[in-house]
Amino acid sequence: MFKHRNVYFVLVFALSCFMLSPVLADDVLTVYSGRNESLVGPILAQFTEDTGIEVEVLYGGTSAVANQILTEGENSPADVFIAQDGGALGALADAGMLHKLPDATIARVANAAFVSPAGVWAGLSGRARVFVYNPEALEEQGLELPNSILDLTGEEWSGLVGWAPTNASFVANVTAMRVLLGEEATAGWLAGMIANGVNAYPKNTPIVQATIDGEVVGGLVNHYYLFRFLAEDPDITATLHFFPGGDLGSLINVAGAAILKTTDQPYDALALVDYLLSDAAQEYFAQSTYEYPLVSTVEPSVDLPALADIETPEFDLSDLADLQGTLELIEESGALD
Amino acid sequence: MHLSDVIPSRFRINGHQQYALSRWHVGHRQLVQIISLAVVAVVMIPLAYLIIGAVSAGQEGVDYLLRARTLRIVGNSIGLTAVATLCATAIAIPFAWLTSRSDLPGRRFWLVLGLAAMVIPSYLTAVTYAEAFGPKGILQSLLEPFGVDRLPGIKGFPGAALTLTVVTFPYIVLPVRAALLHCDRSLEEAGQSLGLNRWGVFRQIILPQMRPALSTGMLMTALYCLSDFGAVAVMHFNAFTRAIFIQTESFRMDKASVLAILLVGITLVLLLIQSRLQLRGRHYRIGTGASRHLETLPLGKWKIPALIFCAGVVFIGVVIPLLVLFSWLAGHRITDPVQAPLTLLMRNTVGVSAVSALAVTFAAFPLALLAARGGGRFNRWLIHLAYAGNVLPGIVIALALVMFASQHFLSFYQTLPLLIIGYAIRYLPFSIGATESALAQINPRFDEAARSLGLSAWAALMRITVPLARGGILAGLALVFLNVMKELPTTLILRPIGFRTFATRIWSAYDEAFLSSIALPGLVLILVSAFALAIILRREKAVD
Repeated sequence: MFKHRNVYFVLVFALSCFMLSPVLADDVLTVYSGRNESLVGPILAQFTEDTGIEVEVLYGGTSAVANQILTEGENSPADVFIAQDGGALGALADAGMLHKLPDATIARVANAAFVSPAGVWAGLSGRARVFVYNPEALEEQGLELPNSILDLTGEEWSGLVGWAPTNASFVANVTAMRVLLGEEATAGWLAGMIANGVNAYPKNTPIVQATIDGEVVGGLVNHYYLFRFLAEDPDITATLHFFPGGDLGSLINVAGAAILKTTDQPYDALALVDYLLSDAAQEYFAQSTYEYPLVSTVEPSVDLPALADIETPEFDLSDLADLQGTLELIEESGALD
Repeated sequence: MHLSDVIPSRFRINGHQQYALSRWHVGHRQLVQIISLAVVAVVMIPLAYLIIGAVSAGQEGVDYLLRARTLRIVGNSIGLTAVATLCATAIAIPFAWLTSRSDLPGRRFWLVLGLAAMVIPSYLTAVTYAEAFGPKGILQSLLEPFGVDRLPGIKGFPGAALTLTVVTFPYIVLPVRAALLHCDRSLEEAGQSLGLNRWGVFRQIILPQMRPALSTGMLMTALYCLSDFGAVAVMHFNAFTRAIFIQTESFRMDKASVLAILLVGITLVLLLIQSRLQLRGRHYRIGTGASRHLETLPLGKWKIPALIFCAGVVFIGVVIPLLVLFSWLAGHRITDPVQAPLTLLMRNTVGVSAVSALAVTFAAFPLALLAARGGGRFNRWLIHLAYAGNVLPGIVIALALVMFASQHFLSFYQTLPLLIIGYAIRYLPFSIGATESALAQINPRFDEAARSLGLSAWAALMRITVPLARGGILAGLALVFLNVMKELPTTLILRPIGFRTFATRIWSAYDEAFLSSIALPGLVLILVSAFALAIILRREKAVD
């Protein structure tokens, strides 16, 4: 009888201790990442290995994570925010939530267009918006490559295009449209795409997969996803199309990092940002994720047009900070339904 | 029932002693009530925060509620629930009848394989269907020789309805089959002797007897459909849970709360309708009579179609998902750079499920005790409130707990205990139900006899009541374990940073189209779930 009673009490005691004592020992650097684990997980693991600084990472969509930090406000456990879009970083900068970075950190980035004007975030890697397409499917459907992202609302593309409406790079692209075309024209384009039966995917990778499988003829993605597929199998039938003539569809954006003002580990946080701008990490972005490195000492790895040669629409990345406005517009358009 | 109620006061030998005993007893009863009250207080947190969240949305919230798009979400959810429930019923009734009352060859075999569909989590079934029936999927490649080079795909309503039909029909098969096995054969014979043919017997005698079981099963199915996240998320069908998830993930809590309140309201209405329907009619035997052994009905020329039907159900429900998973396991696609060792996933998943199941069982016991032995209006209310998990879908609980922790209890934010509380609120009803039904079968006199022989109330509970109710308690434990292991939305929203389970791993791999990374966690999850379900079903058989 005593045995029963003891077992019961030990169990209840252990359970209550467990439930009532969330571990607060926090010497772990908390990173909120709006970039996929498959893209930044390996380099963060390498950072821990090289520096001994433990990292825990929350992964989510960039817009969602930015929103989460804004809502958590003072209480946010995040030390570092890694985003796949300059606009989301701009939104946090506008809210006054980002720590100023040292000049030496900012100076690592070769092109001043890819850092925050106020010096509160730094670009880590560059990416171009492209139209990935399957040449066989294109021919099968008797289609020609679109000259503009705006052409995709044409009837001939009905049901044959993929997009990822919650993806931050797409959101940034829509913000750019709002800046350059205005609200109404942008809303009209979104509505046109939906009316045209655009296929929605959760992220970019599934769009590329669907393009390769012929599920769609093409889709709006960042340039580097295709190269990951090509590295596995050079024979796949999919290729990139850069919208010509400075079209809205060929936006160049950055993935970047920032330190939160609320951090309790500013030095570890800075160590991580500096690490991500080191030659070794930039080499990783060039070699493993097929992005454009942003420091002058590292070259892109794959056969891509030079960043400077891509004709892009003219404007400042920090103009893309009205994240909420774009998210509302996309939601109102019914793209998420 | 108290000793003091039974013994008239004039027979009491020592009034003082009697008073002490009675107070002791009352003390225990109050202890049980206090613990129950504490549990119910925790259960009420989500509802309270939802209301706060929705109210703080104010006029904006009202506008959001009345938008055409919100109303469309209502329509989507109700439509999906209705269609999936009806389809599941249409499959479940013949399936239950064939596997219980007919001379179908291999009845047990078909039954077990058919029920196995409930072991596969909805998101996993949906992911495999999206692949198999996609525009360029397996079905299309089979149809290729007939000149079909592209299928429309099943994303949206058809995919969501198909997935939910398949994963929920076992919830109707189980109660209906139990009812069919307990049907009173003599009633059927009476019907036949009065000139009914076989169809007439089925329609006029068997069906009415099945009705309570059928309505219970359909209710469970409808509740499942309303609260399911995986199928609608994968199929991109904008039902409530998906819309709430999108808002919650981006921390737009006021909009999410408004949607959540609406969903909870619809669920309550459904429960209300069902409880009204349930009250009508009696289907039990009035006289004692002789319950006759059930005979199996020969199928005759219907044997082949019946076999095809059962094989088809099993093929779609179980074979296709497994086939697709195995093809991913074997096929070579893009390599996933994310390292998530299977042993780590196993440890996390089984660990968190076991701790949650234990926590739920302990929390449920005092409530089950009140339900079985308590009586009284206060106790009844406590128990009703404890069942809140039935009307709070996982995503809704997660949303409310995130608001609760991030605003007021920051030290719980993104911790394992908060996740476990989330699971506990959701699955408390399962454990209370199972424990209560076991307790209800134990004569309280055993307990009283033990007390009169000198055991304390506590000792009597631990040495008499708990061992007798062990089967039911364990069944509840296994049921909670099984459900926590498969749970997706609560886990996604409430998990601590970096905490991965099979479910979150499958979800993130699907999200990034690393299909080959889904296969192994998916297959292991199915295997472990099948094991847990086998334990539950065995117990049910033992009760039969």
